[in-house]
Amino acid sequence: MMQPFGPIWTAPVVLGVLTIVGLISALVGDGAWDALSAVTLGAVAAVGGYYSLRRP
Amino acid sequence: MTNTNLRRWSWMHKWSSLVCTVFMLLLCITGLPLIYHHEIVHALGNEVEAPAMPADTPRANVDKVIATALAAYPGKVMMYLSQDREEPHVWALTVGDAPTSTDYKPLLADARTAQMLPEPPLEGGAFMSLMFHLHVDLYAGIYGKLFLGLMGLLLLVALVSGVVLYAPFTRKLAFGTVRHERSRRLRWLDLHNVLGIVTLVWALVVGATGMINTWADLLLKVWQNTELAEMTKPYAGLPPVTRLASMQAAIATAKQAAPGMDVGFVAFPGTAFATPHHYGMFMYGDSPLTSRLPRPILIDAQTGAVTSSAHLPWYLTALLVSQPLHFGDYGGQALKLLWALLDLATIVVLMTGLYLWLKRGKAAAARTAEQRAKEAA
Repeated sequence: MMQPFGPIWTAPVVLGVLTIVGLISALVGDGAWDALSAVTLGAVAAVGGYYSLRRP
Repeated sequence: MTNTNLRRWSWMHKWSSLVCTVFMLLLCITGLPLIYHHEIVHALGNEVEAPAMPADTPRANVDKVIATALAAYPGKVMMYLSQDREEPHVWALTVGDAPTSTDYKPLLADARTAQMLPEPPLEGGAFMSLMFHLHVDLYAGIYGKLFLGLMGLLLLVALVSGVVLYAPFTRKLAFGTVRHERSRRLRWLDLHNVLGIVTLVWALVVGATGMINTWADLLLKVWQNTELAEMTKPYAGLPPVTRLASMQAAIATAKQAAPGMDVGFVAFPGTAFATPHHYGMFMYGDSPLTSRLPRPILIDAQTGAVTSSAHLPWYLTALLVSQPLHFGDYGGQALKLLWALLDLATIVVLMTGLYLWLKRGKAAAARTAEQRAKEAA
């Protein structure tokens, strides 16, 4: 019952990496680093909002 | 995944979640106002600010500030003195009946006039105080903290087992599919899976750092009993300090020992962050990291000389780095808003999870996890 990795895990892995980049960048510096954090974490939140609020 | 494995992970996910869900809901709900702690305290009018004065108004001698506070509160002793980089015109003082007093009093003084400012409400006022205690210790001190830490550990188990179950329950669906056309239960299952996987890493980080924060008191005890105890050894048998060395001079000495840093927090002798014979001076830099990771300098409270200028032990560094990652207070308003949104998404994951369990029905309960996964995907 092995499933191919790609179709199921690509999106979760990308979201996970975006989250980690967002969490760490704001810790590293201010200004551009804060902006990078807002964009990456913002993308994660937007994906969650899009899929949970869209109607067929 | 074999049927036996699926059943095991399913069992683990169900029970770890069920035990911690009510507390996680409480933490998510009380955490929401805590993200905006500063704004709410300000809006409620519970913030005390120093009056506006010309920018070049000189600062008063700190010893005078301390003397004014102790004269206004006779019988009290100094416990802590601190200054927020954002509000350089205000000294925050904590006084108590004894250095170890738990019934302490927070005071504010104007750093330029050495006059006392109005007493700030304890913990930001009644509402924020309630939110804080429900979030941090359930009004049960260290036991409440450690209990919530245990619930945090269960959350981590629930998250990991949830990831393991994600594949068998979604394997035939495109990412993000929420099926609206069939049963309500299926819709909520899909919503649980989508929001759960989207918020996964954030929830893991906030959950793990929250758990580490519950150990703060214990980690401080370790430091007291090892490094601080070592510093106290040469003073064994000496009477407690009666005449404290000048704080103004101690701050100057500490600044010399830590160039480029400024004092953020001073623990007076006998308190938790110092020894009975030292001032514990905590020096902060202005980079994002050094403004979080103070350098502790111990100054002999009698002579005013530096005893040690060390780096924080690794476990306190870990604790202090885990705090911003839990609070979300390190990236401006944008990060706070995202913290609030991800918190709300987590509340939906918790609620849908609880709903799925409540509405599992007799039929569903009779079926195995394997069958349910097959039906769901």
